[in-house]
Parts: sequence; C-alpha cells; structure tokens
Amino acid sequence: MAIWLTERSKIIVQGITGSEGTKHTRRMVASGASVVGGVNPRKAGTVVEAEGASIPVFASVGEAMKETGADTTVVFVPPAFAKDAVVEAVDAQIPLAVVITEGIPVHDTASFFQYAINSGATRIIGPNCPGLISPGKSNAGIIPADITQAGRIGLVSKSGTLTYQMMYELRDIGFSTCVGIGGDPVIGTTHIDCLAAFQADDETQAMVMIGEIGGDAEERAAAYIKDNVTKPVVGYVAGFTAPEGKTMGHAGAIVSGSSGTAAAKQEALEAVGVKVAKTPSETARLMREVMTSR
Amino acid sequence: MDLFEYQARDLFEKHGVPVLGGAVAETPEEARSAAERLLPEGGGKVVVKAQVKTGGRGKAGGVKLASSAEEAEQVAAQILGMDIKGHTVHRVMLAPAAEIAEEYYFSVLLDRANRTYLAMASREGGVEIEKLAVEKPEALARVGVDAIEGIDEARARDIAAQGGFPADLIEEVAAVIVKLWGVFVAEDATLVEVNPLVRTGDGRVIALDGKVTLDGNADFRHADHATLEDSHAADPLEAKAKEKDLNYVKLDGSVGVIGNGAGLVMSTLDVVAYAGEAHGGVKPANFLDIGGGASAEVMANGLEIILGDPDVRSVFVNVFGGITACDAVANGIVQAFGLLEERGDEISHPLVVRLDGNNADEGRRILTEAQLPLLEQVDTMDGAAQRAAELAAAGR
Repeated sequence: MAIWLTERSKIIVQGITGSEGTKHTRRMVASGASVVGGVNPRKAGTVVEAEGASIPVFASVGEAMKETGADTTVVFVPPAFAKDAVVEAVDAQIPLAVVITEGIPVHDTASFFQYAINSGATRIIGPNCPGLISPGKSNAGIIPADITQAGRIGLVSKSGTLTYQMMYELRDIGFSTCVGIGGDPVIGTTHIDCLAAFQADDETQAMVMIGEIGGDAEERAAAYIKDNVTKPVVGYVAGFTAPEGKTMGHAGAIVSGSSGTAAAKQEALEAVGVKVAKTPSETARLMREVMTSR
Repeated sequence: MDLFEYQARDLFEKHGVPVLGGAVAETPEEARSAAERLLPEGGGKVVVKAQVKTGGRGKAGGVKLASSAEEAEQVAAQILGMDIKGHTVHRVMLAPAAEIAEEYYFSVLLDRANRTYLAMASREGGVEIEKLAVEKPEALARVGVDAIEGIDEARARDIAAQGGFPADLIEEVAAVIVKLWGVFVAEDATLVEVNPLVRTGDGRVIALDGKVTLDGNADFRHADHATLEDSHAADPLEAKAKEKDLNYVKLDGSVGVIGNGAGLVMSTLDVVAYAGEAHGGVKPANFLDIGGGASAEVMANGLEIILGDPDVRSVFVNVFGGITACDAVANGIVQAFGLLEERGDEISHPLVVRLDGNNADEGRRILTEAQLPLLEQVDTMDGAAQRAAELAAAGR
C-alpha cells in the first residue's frame, strides 16, 4: 500500500515553470511518478517537456484537477507567493499538498495550515521539506529515487539529507514510504501523523523516526507510540552535542533551556520502548536487527 | 531575531501601544542628554537599563534609578561595558520613572505544538513568567488564538478576563491587547511579550518592558527589520559567512565541519564529538551547511570561512550525494581548491572527505586522481569522523 502516495497518485506541480519546479518535475517523471500537469496562470496552455513527456500547464489548481484527475500537488512557488498557492490548492480540495518551498514566513504557514484544517479536505506536508516517496511507486518532491528501493520500512524525518542517508544505509531492505516532514516551526504533517499512517499500513512492518533538537514533537510522538503503535520503531535524534541557544539551519532546531534537548527526547522515546540510536549508522544497525528478527 | 527592549518599545510605539518615553544611549554623555529630556516626564527621576538579550539584569545591577542628568551619566558609565551572563552591555535605555500601582503580564506567541498562536495573560506580572507557570499555573491564563481569526476586541476582553484582570480595567487592557496583536501580525513576530504591563498610579495601562522576536523568513516584506540587527553580536566569522549567504555557526572545538543539509550537519557534529572522545575530547569547530547543491563556489566559500578559524586543526567534509550526485560534488571540491588558490588562500590543515550516495565510486575516483594537497578520503561517516578527530588531536 504505502502511505498517502501510491502508484495511482496523479501529481501536479505548482510553480512547474520555475527552474526548481522544472528540474524536479523531470526527476519525478524519471523516477516513474505520474506527473499529469503543472500550474502557472501566466503560462497556461503551454507545456513543460520532461523525459519525453509533454506536461500541460494549467491556469489554476482547480482546472488542472478537473482536466487530469490530479490528487496531489507539489508546491515550488517562491516564499512570497506560497501562501496564496496553498490556499488555492485547498480551495480546489486537493487531497495532498506537498510544500517544498523553503523560507515561508511562519505567519503564512500558520494561516494556510489553519485554512486546510478548516476545509478538512487537504493534507499538507511541509513546508521546507523534501516531500515524500513511495519507492517503485511514486515520488512527490525532491527526494532522490535511485538511492533506495521498495521494501517494508516506513521512514519519517524532519531533515532532508539525513533522510537520504538513512534510505541509502538501508537500501537493501527498502522502504514502503519515506516522508520528509520538514524542519519549520509549523508543519502540516507531524511525526505522529506519519506513525499513525504507518501503523495502519499493511505493507509497513517497522518504522524509523528521525528527529532533531528543539520543540517537543519527539516527546509527543513517544506518548502517541505508547498508546497506539504496536509495530517496532527505531528512533534517531540529531543534535546530542549541540550547544544551547544556537539555531542550526532549521528554524525548529534550537535548544533553549532544558526542553528540546536530544537527551530529553531519547529518554522519552526509550521510556515507551523505542530503540534510540546516537548516530545514523547505529540507527541503521538497530533497524537491521529489527527486520532480520522478524 | 530577538530584539532589545528599546527596539521592542519603538515597535510598540509605532503601532499605538501605550509606552513611556524612552531613549537609547551608547555613551554616558548620550545618557546625560537623554536624561535631561526625560526627567520631567518621570517626575524628576529616570531609570537607566542595560540593553542585553538575557534575563536577570536587575539582579546583576544593570537597572538603576537616577535623580538628575549628572547621576544618569554616572550610572550609565557604570552599566555600559558590564558583563551580564556573558553579554556585554553596549547600550542603555533611559526611561522616565513611573509610579507603578500594579504589574500584569501579557504575551502572544507561536505555539509550535498546536501549530497556531497562544495568548498568555496574568494579573500577576513583573515576576519570571516561567516561575509563575510552574508555581501558580492557575494564575496564568493560556488562550489559544486561531491563526485566521486572530484577536479582536471581544477575544481580547475574554483573554483579559481569563487572566484575572480587575473588572474596571478589562476594557482598557483589551484595547492594549488588540494593539499588541497588531504588532505581532504587522511585524511578523513569533513572540510579543509585555512584562510588566502596568497600571500606573494615575490609572494608565502601559507596556513597561517588552520582548519581541521577529521571523527572519519574513524579512523580504520588512525592509526596516535589517536595521534592527545587532552589529555587536555577530562573531566575525559568522558575520563573514552571512555575507556569503552561508549557514554557519561558530562552535568551540577544532574540527571544521562542512556538510550538505542541516540535519546531516547536525548529525555530523555528534559523530565528530563521539569520535573525539577517544582523542582527548576533540570537538567540532562549527556548524556549516552548504545546502543540497554543493557547487564549487559555495564549497570554496565554506572552506575559506572554516580555514579562517584559528581554532581549526582539521576539516571534515561530509557530503551525501542525493540530488547532486557525488561526481558533481567531487568536481566541486576540485574546483574549490583552484578557486582558493586563485584567492591566495592556503589549505593549511588536513581535509578528510567522505562522499557517499549517488555515483559515490565515480566521485571518489575524481578526488583520488586530482591528488589534492592534504586531502584524504574515508568512505564512511563514522570512519571519516574518527580520522578527522585524530588529525585535529595530532595538529594541536
């Protein structure tokens, strides 16, 4: 099955005509994803060539959905226009909106997230995320497809390259779906949302959860796991040695006071039976043990 | 970005929040002339306050009362240059003294856990709010704020009532709360806090001390926010990195770290620190994320910053080839060495490079054939961290 993104997913790209949008549309198509259209009101009626396919550009998300049956949008629109783009996607009631754009003001994200909640029709992943991939089935975002294969591990992570590192280390076992949820302070889909979906997914046998310092998302995930997750979970938290009060790249990754430290997260996760590793290679080793003992 | 009190005060004033007069001074002389202007409003007294982005300045002696311009000058001379919890005082703010009848608390902030905003209000302000939240949680009202609906007058009255404000003051406090919400929205803040919000002896409600944190992602629609940047704060290497648009944080170790992607770099810091335990406690010298692309120019800029750090003894370049495959990264490193040579920068410390991911074999071959000075390759992240720590320890 995989979660949220399957071989039947039909993807459109908002911002398809921008350099990042075009580049990653081509990569998605090359990895076997069904990209059925793009959106740019000023270039409606044109096409974007991608790996031998001519992808039509539409004036709006609504029109693109009507013409193609799209159920997933990937948003590459620049920060200043991202909120309008997501609101448009929500208004069109698209089921899944994957927001890749980095640098969106948090007031805009809080606003379009609330808008999506109110509408009840759209799941948002991101922003400032690499998207999600169900290897061998579909790919919505910028995650490289050729570093891993299909399998039975579910992966959820705040970080991009750390996700890729883990996909690569466990490429022989493979993944049902890998979700990069993004490192911003407000994100549409959380660790918990992913854990719940993986728990319900027949194809997923175990999960890797990658977190990082800052906030309390991992602690809340631990509480959720305790009551709701029966499949094995291996955790990794980046930033054990990070100094307090410094922002490290992700707006979320800042430690202030005693809350949000890697040690606190490890403790919370281990208390509910999650094996927590201190390095990526140890994470892979723990997951390998889980999968071979099954 | 966290603002100083005087900057928060100015923003409050700009958006109609009632504040006292105020002026900032960087020298005792400036403090003297500011005091001359403010003494009448303060009934012959002014408060001189250290401007530092940390709490507890009162206890540290960073807040003092003065009854004349001469005294304000003397007090400012004492406070300027003080060290408060590692923060040097470069500026003082002067404000007219106020007769305070009661102290309250109000804040509105981004609530990450609930992915919306949170307003907090209490009749018992003026104390450390973290302490109040723990010791008397019932005295601190926490009211969720819908990101789309925001805080209108009715909502503000509700917040004030829940915070336990006196009934005869609710209207006035609510009006101030609406104004503070205006600051929060108009300035793209992630925190607006007033502590204390006071009722003066003559019955006015005034924001006496404020904290504001602004969202850097929103700078593109706030040209004026650039002027709020604290020129004293930046580490020189951090300032230089910022000029080059690099995501760099100076740390206190000796292994320079470059990687692509914030999570991977943070993870690299851990792996280096663990490896360093076997080498006399060698630690990472910095965080530097060069992003997914890892182009030659960005790599050269990154190396330039790191090699400019006198504490660095070895450098660990940790790249996972995903979107940009390893052969492109390897070519970037080779070209970066060329660029550094052109700029007259010397590769003065050993470099350990770990390339993994797409086209890793080809990338490693390119680096091997280039025979770059002082560069060696290790194929795993753990192994490369070991080697970099070992080299840093040997270079001491």
